[in-house]
Amino acid sequence: MSISGFLSQLLAIVMALFLAPLLMGWVNQWRCWLQNRSGPGVLQPYRMLHKLFHKESVVAEHASSLFRMAPYIVFGCMVLACAIIPTLSTDLPLSPAADAIALVGLFAVARVFISLAAMDIGTAFGTLGARREMLIGFLAEPALLSVLFTASLISNSTALTSIVEYLAHKEFAIYPSLAFAGIAFTMVSFAENARVPVDNPATHLELTMIHEALILEYSGRHLALIEWASALKLFAYSCMGLALFFPWGIAEAEAPLALIFAIPALVFKLAIGGFLLALIETLSAKMRIFRVPEFLASAFLLAVIGMLVHFLLGA
Amino acid sequence: MLNWLSIDVVLLVITIWLGIGVAGVIALRQFGFVARVLFPLGGMCCLALAWAALQMIGSTPETAVLPLGLPQLPFHLRLDSLAAFFLLVIGAVGAGISIFAAGYFRKGAGTPPGLLCLEYHVFLASMVLVILADDAYAFMVAWETMALSSFFLVTANHKLPEVQEAGFLYLLIAHVGAIGILLCFGVLQANSGDYTFANMRIQSLSPFWASTAFILALFGFGAKAGMLPLHVWLPEAHPAAPSPVSALMSGIMLKTAIYGLLRISFDLLHVNVWWWGGLLLALGLATALFGVVFATVQTDMKRLLAYSSIENIGLLLAGIGLALIFHAYNMSALTALALTAVLYHVVSHAFFKSLLFLGTGAVLHATGERNLGRLGGLIRYMPWVAWLMLIGVFASSGLPPFSGFVSEWLLLQSFLFTPGLPDSFLNMFIPIVAAVIALVAALAGYAMVKFFGVIFLGQPREEKLKEAHDAGLWEKIGMLWLAAWCIALGLFPNFLIRLIDSVTVSLVGAGLGRHTTESSWLFLAPSSIERASFAPLLFLLGVTIGCLVAFALVRILYHGRLRRTPPWDCGHPWQTARMQDTAEGFGQPIRQIFEPFFRMKRHLPTPMDRNPSYKVEVGDHFWHWLYLPIARLIEFLAGLVGRLQQGRISIYLLYSFLTLLFMLFLVQR
Repeated sequence: MSISGFLSQLLAIVMALFLAPLLMGWVNQWRCWLQNRSGPGVLQPYRMLHKLFHKESVVAEHASSLFRMAPYIVFGCMVLACAIIPTLSTDLPLSPAADAIALVGLFAVARVFISLAAMDIGTAFGTLGARREMLIGFLAEPALLSVLFTASLISNSTALTSIVEYLAHKEFAIYPSLAFAGIAFTMVSFAENARVPVDNPATHLELTMIHEALILEYSGRHLALIEWASALKLFAYSCMGLALFFPWGIAEAEAPLALIFAIPALVFKLAIGGFLLALIETLSAKMRIFRVPEFLASAFLLAVIGMLVHFLLGA
Repeated sequence: MLNWLSIDVVLLVITIWLGIGVAGVIALRQFGFVARVLFPLGGMCCLALAWAALQMIGSTPETAVLPLGLPQLPFHLRLDSLAAFFLLVIGAVGAGISIFAAGYFRKGAGTPPGLLCLEYHVFLASMVLVILADDAYAFMVAWETMALSSFFLVTANHKLPEVQEAGFLYLLIAHVGAIGILLCFGVLQANSGDYTFANMRIQSLSPFWASTAFILALFGFGAKAGMLPLHVWLPEAHPAAPSPVSALMSGIMLKTAIYGLLRISFDLLHVNVWWWGGLLLALGLATALFGVVFATVQTDMKRLLAYSSIENIGLLLAGIGLALIFHAYNMSALTALALTAVLYHVVSHAFFKSLLFLGTGAVLHATGERNLGRLGGLIRYMPWVAWLMLIGVFASSGLPPFSGFVSEWLLLQSFLFTPGLPDSFLNMFIPIVAAVIALVAALAGYAMVKFFGVIFLGQPREEKLKEAHDAGLWEKIGMLWLAAWCIALGLFPNFLIRLIDSVTVSLVGAGLGRHTTESSWLFLAPSSIERASFAPLLFLLGVTIGCLVAFALVRILYHGRLRRTPPWDCGHPWQTARMQDTAEGFGQPIRQIFEPFFRMKRHLPTPMDRNPSYKVEVGDHFWHWLYLPIARLIEFLAGLVGRLQQGRISIYLLYSFLTLLFMLFLVQR
């Protein structure tokens, strides 16, 4: 492992940890502005995390240790996810540990743990949330995998770094297969990150909530970890999307100095991406829960069409 | 062990098993002796078997001829790498199940323990013999012994009518399948009259007859494996059988069918037509999707696992199909990759499914309930079983870094490697299959979360569950053994892959081993690290370090205060266990999305009902559209035959007379 590789790996993790809440704050702030509200400011997630860490945790009396372990495991999974996605550089020593398929597996581990933890207390909301989360998961996961398959068929590799390097070096052309994959990926990201057409992060209405129902029993530091983990997940998905579809400005092993330019490039791309996310969220209405499978099934089909198009056109 | 061949050790193990069985019959009702001495002894034999098989993988095949059987027709046995690999699975998994069984069988109604012991060990011995057999005769004898002994094990509680029905269905389909296999051997020997496998290997069949043999084998072994549409016995027989028997059947016996299919399609048959693989792929995918969708809506925990077995068999068949496609185009490296995925999944499924079935046995003993709707919250009363089951659940859902994920990963990789196929249609079609496999895997996660969540998490749905006790020592050891392998196979895949390598080299002349040894034991990389890699240990370390650092930092920077209160009741005056999702509720989204898969009967209450009840029955279309019509047809034909039987001697004499006349007429001409 080279020193520069180690450094870029460390930088990627640290940056993800501290930039992820900022991205969350940025999206929420834009949502407020677009809805003619003044908003709490982009730093609000940090304040909230700080507050939650200070509070004591209230745990149901019959909760098992699974319930208390889950936030840490979910957090650990998301940190690893951010570490293997090429955010700043493709020179990541941890990247061979998990390729695209294992990354999807990693998200699945986190989802299964949080769902099991939600079922652990045995309240109506917890199990309801778990059921809905798994419902979204089982459709979103194959769709996400198919998107990654399209990219890996193009680049002949499932290693994320190889995919990104290949896509960054190809001559500039619009790949029709990637266009389909991109739409599918956007749809999946909305579902996986509990954003508006699928779930509303700001609601506690039992008919509609998914993610909030899952974590209803969590408080204090556990809740803080989960919130931070979901910020990390949003960050990971955004970076994955940027790396797959707009892979410019990511540093490579041969050019460690490019890291200096990679950070502003990433921040710039994330800022635009966050704004677009808030815009789409503001423009769309929340779906009924049983429209969600249709939504995700179309994402799945689009991703599969992306693969087909790749074989038909060879691009 | 002075100069003993591995095959001698295997035969010795079989002999000891039969001896144990006889000892069981002698000590028919001496429960303590049978449970605490005979079953653990059988488990030790399993370990010896696994050890012998391990020595054998990769060395030159050993043969033996047993002077048993008919005159001029002795049993030919052969132990090659493929057989040794499956023996290894039987030994390693069987050891855990036998140890568990030592603590599982209780005194009570049904078959006496000594007889169970006999049937159990004959079952094990016959499975080993199936794998050793080197001629059709020995194979069929062992195959039928396996079917019969497992039939008696399934019907251990033969007083219950549903157990009788399940046993009958199982026996019926097992024999229909056996006919297919018998006919297949008949085709394979190509009129040479020599039924040894050695002879079948040198026969060259025309494509038509080769395809016929393949289809017959697919039918025969598919019936045993639970391939669509011959799957109906599985969800009936598994819940009826005692749990260690379900574990043996699901974990090992289904794999003998996979073994048979591999033996015939890669060893005995030489002609390779790509559509064999295509057919197997399509059937496998249909089986997998069908199995997993049905698994998510089950309300009986053992039925749920049985459907999950159907799903896994589907994945295995799809993998074999892919391997056959590659094989047909002589792409040996890719064939080896697909076969490696299949064989890895064979091992991984054997371990985790046995573990899960054993766990349901422990739950069944502790609570007396199989119905998910009457369980819940058991993690607090049976922590050992719950945490061990969690490992099985993770492996079964294909989550990293457990064993199920490695095989899933290899399988997906082999699908993604296709773009080298000369047929552009196949090139286009096969990666889409990978998408379907991803869907199946994700649905398996859904089913498993339901399975674990409803049984072990939440609040107990019945008052008596609070008295549930954890599993006994023997049961814990058995489950611990299986769970440890689920983890070890997930973390150190390269060790097993090196073994599989010898098998694939002997079958198709290529293996992944070169790459795995080149890229260090840490990384699983089928071709190169740049192409695809997965390092389970690093993966686990990454997550663990993330967790621990987070934990340490939270404790250092903040505090560890914790308060226990009743759960938040959302302002309702009270909160009961019945407010949780039921098993039906958890499966409801799947029922809605995959509605055409099911044949549903709903019973809805009217507003006037005094005691409103809601009921939904989920049926299988195959049963109504395929099996019931066949059953009716057979009944009709049997009725026609019945007309001949008038019950009067004079009529029968008339029949004989007419037959005689007819014969004479034929002879005269």
